[in-house]
Amino acid sequence: MLNYRLGVAVAVCTLLAGVSSTASAQGGMSGMAGMAGMSGMDHMNMGPEIVIPAGAIYTKADVEFMQGMIAHHAQAVVMSRLADSHGANAQVLKLSKKIDQSQIPEIQIMQKWLERNNQFAPDTASWHHVRMEGMLTDEQLTQLENSKGVDFDRAYLTFMIMHHAGALKMVDDLFMTPRAGQEVDVSVFANDVVTAQTSEIGIMRGLMAKLPPK
Amino acid sequence: MRVVRLLILLLVTIITPSLASAQTYPSAQDPRTNLKPGRFDAGVAASNMRLVSFSKKPAQFDTVRGLTFINSDLAFGTHFVYQANFAGFTIWDITDTAKPTLASVVECITSQGDPSVVGNLLFISAEGAGNRNDCGKGGVQDPKDHMAGVRIFDVTNPKAPKLVKNVQTCKGSHTHTVVPSPTDANIIYLYVSGQSAARPETELAGCKNGTDPADPTNSLYQLDIIKVPLNHPEQAVVIPGARIFTGLDGGGTCKQFCMPVNPNRAAGGRGGRGGAPGDAAAPAAAPAPTGPRNCHDVTAYPALHLLSASCSTHAILVDISNPEKPVRLDALADTNNFQGRHTAAFSNDGKKTIQTDEWGGGTGPMCQASSMKELGGNTIISIDAKKKQAQHGYFKLPAAQSAEENCVSHNGGIIPVPGRDLYVQGWYQGGIDVMDFTDQDNAFEIAYFDRGSIDPPAGADVPVGAMAGQAAGARRGSGTIGGSWGAYYWNGMVYSSELDRGLDILELTPSAQLSANEIAAAKLVTFTEYNPQSQPKMTWPAAFVVVRSYLDQLVRGSGLAADRTSAIAAALDAAEMKSGAARAAALNALATQVDGDVKGAKDGARVKTMAGEIRRLAAAK
Repeated sequence: MLNYRLGVAVAVCTLLAGVSSTASAQGGMSGMAGMAGMSGMDHMNMGPEIVIPAGAIYTKADVEFMQGMIAHHAQAVVMSRLADSHGANAQVLKLSKKIDQSQIPEIQIMQKWLERNNQFAPDTASWHHVRMEGMLTDEQLTQLENSKGVDFDRAYLTFMIMHHAGALKMVDDLFMTPRAGQEVDVSVFANDVVTAQTSEIGIMRGLMAKLPPK
Repeated sequence: MRVVRLLILLLVTIITPSLASAQTYPSAQDPRTNLKPGRFDAGVAASNMRLVSFSKKPAQFDTVRGLTFINSDLAFGTHFVYQANFAGFTIWDITDTAKPTLASVVECITSQGDPSVVGNLLFISAEGAGNRNDCGKGGVQDPKDHMAGVRIFDVTNPKAPKLVKNVQTCKGSHTHTVVPSPTDANIIYLYVSGQSAARPETELAGCKNGTDPADPTNSLYQLDIIKVPLNHPEQAVVIPGARIFTGLDGGGTCKQFCMPVNPNRAAGGRGGRGGAPGDAAAPAAAPAPTGPRNCHDVTAYPALHLLSASCSTHAILVDISNPEKPVRLDALADTNNFQGRHTAAFSNDGKKTIQTDEWGGGTGPMCQASSMKELGGNTIISIDAKKKQAQHGYFKLPAAQSAEENCVSHNGGIIPVPGRDLYVQGWYQGGIDVMDFTDQDNAFEIAYFDRGSIDPPAGADVPVGAMAGQAAGARRGSGTIGGSWGAYYWNGMVYSSELDRGLDILELTPSAQLSANEIAAAKLVTFTEYNPQSQPKMTWPAAFVVVRSYLDQLVRGSGLAADRTSAIAAALDAAEMKSGAARAAALNALATQVDGDVKGAKDGARVKTMAGEIRRLAAAK
């Protein structure tokens, strides 16, 4: 139990450390964020080449999805943990807490799936160098970090809607890839992402509509 | 600026109803906390219920690899329990509940396998992308072999079920609910909920994704319906679905803040599945509604012609008087981000519903001491005479679970105790829980059964190979998903489908929370068939245990003065010693006395109901 808690604590520290060091740590990577139309990611930054064992029901696209979604989730958690210190309103704070508490265990689900299948499992720090669909650019993250109160609420909701829409796009791309998305754990997980994030987008748009006009 | 913020705070305060929460954060002092982990030797904590038998998963489904072979939901018929599995189903003969025997094990890859049984037909939901028409393993090679919809098996011979038909639907079937035709005993309808986007038209003709909920050609934004002639199941067909999601924008119309265009996305999108809500492929000019496009599950209460649908952010109440043309009566959204609406149940009188929230999808540990208590639990909703819903309290499992235990509120059913609203349900590795929601603002727990986690804590360094008989490293920190998928009361027993371990059968034991009379009264309500999402109306025969159930409730809640409850108990005992006309006369006399108790009683309504039950008993042959 202790070891486990420690593991989580380390992961959390890594995530949070990422927030303050974002601007400098990612200066060189920002060019990747604007790759319009590129789905998937740059695997030079992700890990070893993916080898699919004979007879496996999952494909390279499944492994890439699980690996890439770890970074995607990690950035969402980083964004969400800004809410408390940035004066988010009560409803936005509650939503951010929900996203945080939802996605941390999902990261573990993805990591454990990759480990069970002897695939490289990225850690949460991977969000620094991996840019999946809908993830924030360095500039957008800086903008979020520099906003307070209602401005933060607006930036957070805007970016998180975009972020979630990106996750849905990743799922779409997965299921549109021939033979992908059939392994049961991946299939269930991907559908859970759709269910949770589709409704969260609805909730966020509702919260947006309640913000005072600019 | 400050004024504006203050206004917002005020607004938020006003629009957020103050919901009573019956539970505080999960207790870490509960006996369920820190139970010894183990698959078959886990520590057990139980309160007011007792394990009668545990049957291991059949060997065909006994694997430790992920979700591929997990058990899912249950259906009940005659003396059989149908236990679905992501890779097929098991039929248990429960003639002897202490020793269930296997009638058959059918291997047929079908996630997630939600089952229902009607007569000699077993219906199984298929959703996963790897499900094939031929049930085979190895995944779908040609999209035309993909089976997403409802499989129909003939189980006339429970030892040799036969696949009769695969009914394909556009979104597949995550769950389905049986709704009998009110006019034709040979017709049932299956209300089908699918979580996925619509399949490409190249895979199944007529399927289309779109953003307009009112567009009748749009396969999203509808509850799919299959019509089944029971004597000719091979003629089962998909009929036009129910468009119950139209105009359900949770956040109002999207005029000011619509979904931003994703800068990473190529212009034109990918076609095919584009257009799902939240999908950036939707044209900016036609934003998707913010409301739900499908439900996770719907619970029918055919006797009242009502359906309570659990649809993402909304609880939707539907009139199903004409099952081919369901009509939405009301839709209620939660203000606390309770978004994973999963399953519903009605109180027997139809004046309340329970909506459960599967926060985290069932695979996450959402019952830890740190987990938000207003998410991942149940909420109680009242239904008024005009069929409008109002949200009341929340209920969450009151015992903290470990990080190794996937836990969230999941499937359950009503326990037929007269005078009370009791719900037994599975909470995955949080175990089985019985909730009393008689008071819609103060639901509380009255019984539970829980095992320790399947996996040891992830950080423990158990040497590989030291775990006899297991594949190297298979269970160390592997995140095994398990626990109770659903727990249901059927004909005197509680049945629970354990995802990883097998089938549990339990019984309620008398306690201060639930008396022997109440347990005996519940056993008087039996159903030859029971599909929990097609909720039957419960009625009790005239019986002494029914009258005594009300009396016990009056004693427990101090609903009537103690001298009167004692006197009534004595009078009931005396009447029971008599027979025939003498008993009837004694009971009628008692009923008249009890009528006189109504006025001065704290719980006059219950006293009045008891008087009626005494009278009914007097009239019984």
